[in-house]
Amino acid sequence: MSYPPTGSAAPPAPPPAPEPAATGTPGAEPPPPSGERAVWAEGLRRLRAAATTEPGRLRIIGAVLAALVVLFGALTAWQVTDRSAAASDVLESSQPLSRDAADIYRSLADADTTAAGGFLAGDRESAASRKRYTDDIATAARLLVRASANSQGSATAREEIERLNNGLPRYTGLVETARMYNRQGLPVGGAYLQYANDRMRTQLLPAARRLYVTETGRLDADHDDATAWPWVALAAGVLAVGGLGWAQRRTYLRTNRVFNRGLLIATAASAVALLWTVGGHAVARAGLDDSIEHGARSLRVLNEARIATLQARGDENLTLVARGGKVTGPDQRDFYEVEYAAGMRDLAGTGQGSDAAVGGKLREALALADDEAGRAPVRDALKNVREWQSRHAEARAENDRGDYQGALAKVIGTDRPTKESFDKVEAALQQALRHEQAQFRDAAEGGRRALTGLAGGAAVLAVLAAAGAVLGIGRRLSEYR
Amino acid sequence: MGMRARMADLGSALAPVAAGMGVMAAAAAVLVPVLSGAPAIPPRPHVPEPPRTAVAAPAATGCTEENAAESLRPSDADGDAVQRIKKAGRLVVGVDQNSYRWGYRDPDNPRNLIGFDIDLAKAIAKDILGPHPHIVYRAIPTNQRIDAVRQRRVDMVVRTMTINCERKAQVAFSTSYFKAGQQVLAPKRSSIDAFDDSLRGKKICTARGSTGEQQLKREDHGAAVMTVPNQLDCLVRLQLGEADAVVTDSALAAGQAAQDPTVELKGEPFSTDMYGVAMNKEDEDLVRRVNKVLEEYREGGADSPWTHAYDKWLKADLPGVSGPPAPQYSD
Repeated sequence: MSYPPTGSAAPPAPPPAPEPAATGTPGAEPPPPSGERAVWAEGLRRLRAAATTEPGRLRIIGAVLAALVVLFGALTAWQVTDRSAAASDVLESSQPLSRDAADIYRSLADADTTAAGGFLAGDRESAASRKRYTDDIATAARLLVRASANSQGSATAREEIERLNNGLPRYTGLVETARMYNRQGLPVGGAYLQYANDRMRTQLLPAARRLYVTETGRLDADHDDATAWPWVALAAGVLAVGGLGWAQRRTYLRTNRVFNRGLLIATAASAVALLWTVGGHAVARAGLDDSIEHGARSLRVLNEARIATLQARGDENLTLVARGGKVTGPDQRDFYEVEYAAGMRDLAGTGQGSDAAVGGKLREALALADDEAGRAPVRDALKNVREWQSRHAEARAENDRGDYQGALAKVIGTDRPTKESFDKVEAALQQALRHEQAQFRDAAEGGRRALTGLAGGAAVLAVLAAAGAVLGIGRRLSEYR
Repeated sequence: MGMRARMADLGSALAPVAAGMGVMAAAAAVLVPVLSGAPAIPPRPHVPEPPRTAVAAPAATGCTEENAAESLRPSDADGDAVQRIKKAGRLVVGVDQNSYRWGYRDPDNPRNLIGFDIDLAKAIAKDILGPHPHIVYRAIPTNQRIDAVRQRRVDMVVRTMTINCERKAQVAFSTSYFKAGQQVLAPKRSSIDAFDDSLRGKKICTARGSTGEQQLKREDHGAAVMTVPNQLDCLVRLQLGEADAVVTDSALAAGQAAQDPTVELKGEPFSTDMYGVAMNKEDEDLVRRVNKVLEEYREGGADSPWTHAYDKWLKADLPGVSGPPAPQYSD
């Protein structure tokens, strides 16, 4: 993740070489020191003495210029390396971790929904549904191991991972027990499934959500690090170029010579380094900001929408498992129906008509998508959510009439069931997520590329500028011999 | 499953007990007049479905705990309601489909409902419609039982429904066809042997808002009480070792015991709940007709249809019931 830094951290080392040469001139012959203070005092005395003659002054100027330029190069290399490492972290560490956390979150929600669907189907549960559940659990377990290996730094993340690791086997145990009782036709199977769902809803999913938030927070932090302007390096650059300019003006005023080739080269090299730093950062920032603006933020909303979809589907299934046995609120409404409605509201807003909706995760995702390829699947999802809602209302009406089989057919049957709408919403959101993921990668990749070579280049240019400064001043100095 | 509200029913059945303890007598007299008579189109649920507390036993109708189970004398005369059912050619019955041994889906054929309540519904349908009646079962959630009857979505509800004064203000009940009560359920090997001090230091599970919860609030015998949404959730907690015993009504506890051979009912029931068939208050002729069917259903001692049904569905897990409760009539 942080390869560029180690690669380009080396160059800054050479520049210091000219420094002893330059500073060596004023204080070259050290007297036998009688103590630190004495050395300082002696150095200061010589400097004062040197400043009274033009050659002495020139030596000091040369040394200061060379030091400034080298400082600029070193600071640039250091700060740019930092930023480029952060940009790499965004791409190769924090975003994948955030994506893994999102996948853990989704796998768990999906497993729960699939378990409820399979339970409803009973002995007619399809092999595909069983496999989906098993795969979800396997995915969650695998990603938890990976997340655990990669989140050394964060205590919060580790805590949530541990909680999930503890809760997962317990959850699957409850689901298997529910299945077993269901095969025997015993109603307690439904109670087990509801208990499993309760664990998922109140413990596993909140933990997965917190893990996701933590990992996403790290992405934001890396992004901020990568896009921070390298102010210190820039200030040093301005100071170096300014100093070089002042030195040339001084030379011009004293000698009437317009050009000093050495100083000119130093100025040009410093200016190029400065402009490169500014330009490279501007481009990198644009790319990384774009990746957050149009990639990561969309991904976040879409992930949340997907979880809401899965949970709403799970609740819909559970209305038929619980059969009105779990109620909520003072008016004793069906708990799962209330939760389903809340999930759908979260997803598509409060409106009922095809476009009446205001608010909702899907609207938000639609607004965040910056191109048609991103908007189309979200629009598709929204349309199918509407369809789902109207089919659900039919199923609900059957259930309220007491026609359980009719309601069941409308939820998991074959003739226009709500399952079909749910599958379509899922597929559309998946497509949107793929698109935004690619967008994110492209933009962040572009941002990181803009910083390539900048650290090394700045170092080389600084060495060149220092050499130029020393040569330029040396040329002036030779006129006094 | 909806036993939560059912348990709550028990609460109102017990309400007068509380009153008897001298708390409510005066309050009841002040609060009651509202619900007298039989409104033609009754306003939306006057009394909230889960009667949590012992409030306002509707004394204006003369209903008390002692006479709550009284119903109209049996008759097989066809009135408006019976004729309406005959004309429709089918009986629409609200049932439970999640109550093991009472009304649940046949494991061998999930499209079929079976159980003690279902057998009774069949007997009623046969009497009205003939030997091969068309019965439409509607799986009614607990919280929909009264509305379903009042809005005539069903002709009757046969669903382990406890008769109490609060409900009698809204719907009519048949005579009682089963007597149940709160009881303790625990693993066979458990040291808990009844609703007594053997509960000390144990974790007891009961449904939120149920009579069991009220009982435990009054007297917990030193036990820690855990509440869950539904009585069947208690069996889950019991099996997972999160609870040591369950307090619920005996009929439902029997359903739990039937699903787990390692648990059993402990001690005697410590309260009384009468189950009845609920019908619309206007359908007086139907109430009388159902009471007639129940007379026949009870008749014959060990050979009666009632005993047959009891032996088939309940005896194994709810032993020691000698017969149906005797009918009580108000007219």
